Amino acid sequence: MPIVFSIAMISVFMGLCSYSVLAERKVSSWIQGRTGPNRTRLPLLGHIPILGNILTRLGVFQPVADGLKFLFKEEITPGHVNKGYYYLAPILALGPALTTMVVLPFGRYVDPSGVVQPLVLANIDVGMLFILGVSSLGVYGIVLAGWSSNSKYPFLGAIRAAAQMVSYELAMGLSILPVFMWASAPGTDYGLSLFGVVESQQTLWLVLWQPLSALIFLISVFAETNRLPFDMAESETDLVGGFHTEYGCFKFGLFFVAEYAHVIMGSALFVLLFLGGWNFLPTFGLGFLEGLGNPWGATELGAVLSVLWFMGKVFFMIFFFIWVRWTLPRFRYDQVMSLGWKILLPLAIGNLILNTIIIALYDTL
Amino acid sequence: MAKTKVLERKPLTFAEKTFIPQIVTGLKTTLTAMFGKTITLEYPEQRPVIPKNYRGVPTLVKDPNGREKCVSCQLCEFVCPPKAIRMVPGEIDPEAEPERAHVEKAPKEFEINMLRCIYCGLCEEVCPEEAIVLQDIFSLSGYSREEMINKKDKLYELGGTLPDQHHKWDKKKAAEEAGNTH
Repeated sequence: MPIVFSIAMISVFMGLCSYSVLAERKVSSWIQGRTGPNRTRLPLLGHIPILGNILTRLGVFQPVADGLKFLFKEEITPGHVNKGYYYLAPILALGPALTTMVVLPFGRYVDPSGVVQPLVLANIDVGMLFILGVSSLGVYGIVLAGWSSNSKYPFLGAIRAAAQMVSYELAMGLSILPVFMWASAPGTDYGLSLFGVVESQQTLWLVLWQPLSALIFLISVFAETNRLPFDMAESETDLVGGFHTEYGCFKFGLFFVAEYAHVIMGSALFVLLFLGGWNFLPTFGLGFLEGLGNPWGATELGAVLSVLWFMGKVFFMIFFFIWVRWTLPRFRYDQVMSLGWKILLPLAIGNLILNTIIIALYDTL
Repeated sequence: MAKTKVLERKPLTFAEKTFIPQIVTGLKTTLTAMFGKTITLEYPEQRPVIPKNYRGVPTLVKDPNGREKCVSCQLCEFVCPPKAIRMVPGEIDPEAEPERAHVEKAPKEFEINMLRCIYCGLCEEVCPEEAIVLQDIFSLSGYSREEMINKKDKLYELGGTLPDQHHKWDKKKAAEEAGNTH
């Protein structure tokens, strides 16, 4: 049964990845005043009288065409690459990105004994630590790709990616410490699990309570996923294609999927940690809003609704990622570094100390 | 040397230093653009409006009576900077057009190599008969080099008939009928 669940989740997740590629293309084109992909039509589904046309105009069938294109392209391996590592890199890039979803809770249900349980593949106590640990393995794929490609632009891209990921990981880790200090005080039984963070946000979402942590975390997620304005690793204007310059067809496709998997994971994490997960609305502890915090009852419908509400928030965050991409210009490399080390890291440390003091005062008084 | 005036820059406020208000403004701009009108044409179905003086693919045109306008004077061939035009002058068949035969010539062969053509429009400018016109065709493609060389019949097919301002042959006929030939 766990295998069935895993396969189901992987397929949903991969589907989400391909549709976030579509979302990227569509939103980009709308922001730029274009139409975006609107020609691909699948035989049966696309010929339903009105619906088929609408779906085609929205480009709903485009991911199929994209995937097929990656599959059927000529597989070119440049002569100057280090073959073994060259083939290993895309797998190493995608592997961690997909592994992190194991501990990602995406909804809640009430089990027969009346206890609220998370919908998650592996409900472990150290969920957040696991995600931080595994997701930073993703940088190996990029470094290996740049190094084994054996040419200068991928190499530069890989160096930048490595430096950037190391720098922002610190700020990211430090920015979520206050979150867990508030969410799992001594005596609560959640520890570092993400489910606990969500459950603690029933009255107040953490983005309202810890805006600085949220901001630092959001910026770090942008940097960690190599998205604009931090896409140092591939900055097309100065590094051709960055670390994946020498990659084509399906191997490039794997990198591509990995990037979007990271985006989805980042969005989901931000939603879980700061936007209240599947909680409906923040109630601020006010009596008349009581039911709005977590209105999903003990029924199965409630579980489904909680998943849908969570997905809605994640989709908004994915949209936000794309939206920011077309708003901000790319940072210069040294600006990225100074933002990471000179601003975000001190801010995160200051934030941590401030919260520690507040908690200490709160506990003693 | 002119005196330079150094302007005092207003120091950035704290909010400006964090860039966050500016980023929010930017996000607002892109969001407005997202719900704005698309400004692209969906090409094969929708075509842009081509202005009258557009220099598209050079074509040969006929006059409203269906006569070839080109008299194979070879000026276009001579003026063509990339030497894309090649022409073989020939006689007009006296049986088909007794009026024009032995008066004018017509091209036996006329080729414009579209791989060489630079769309400069000098041929159109130099043509005394207004027979070669760069019209509104802007997308040209072919599978082979041979296909990209426009032959005489292709050139007439692309050109069609343009309204004639001079009516050279009609005027001559009218004069002849009025009894004052030459």
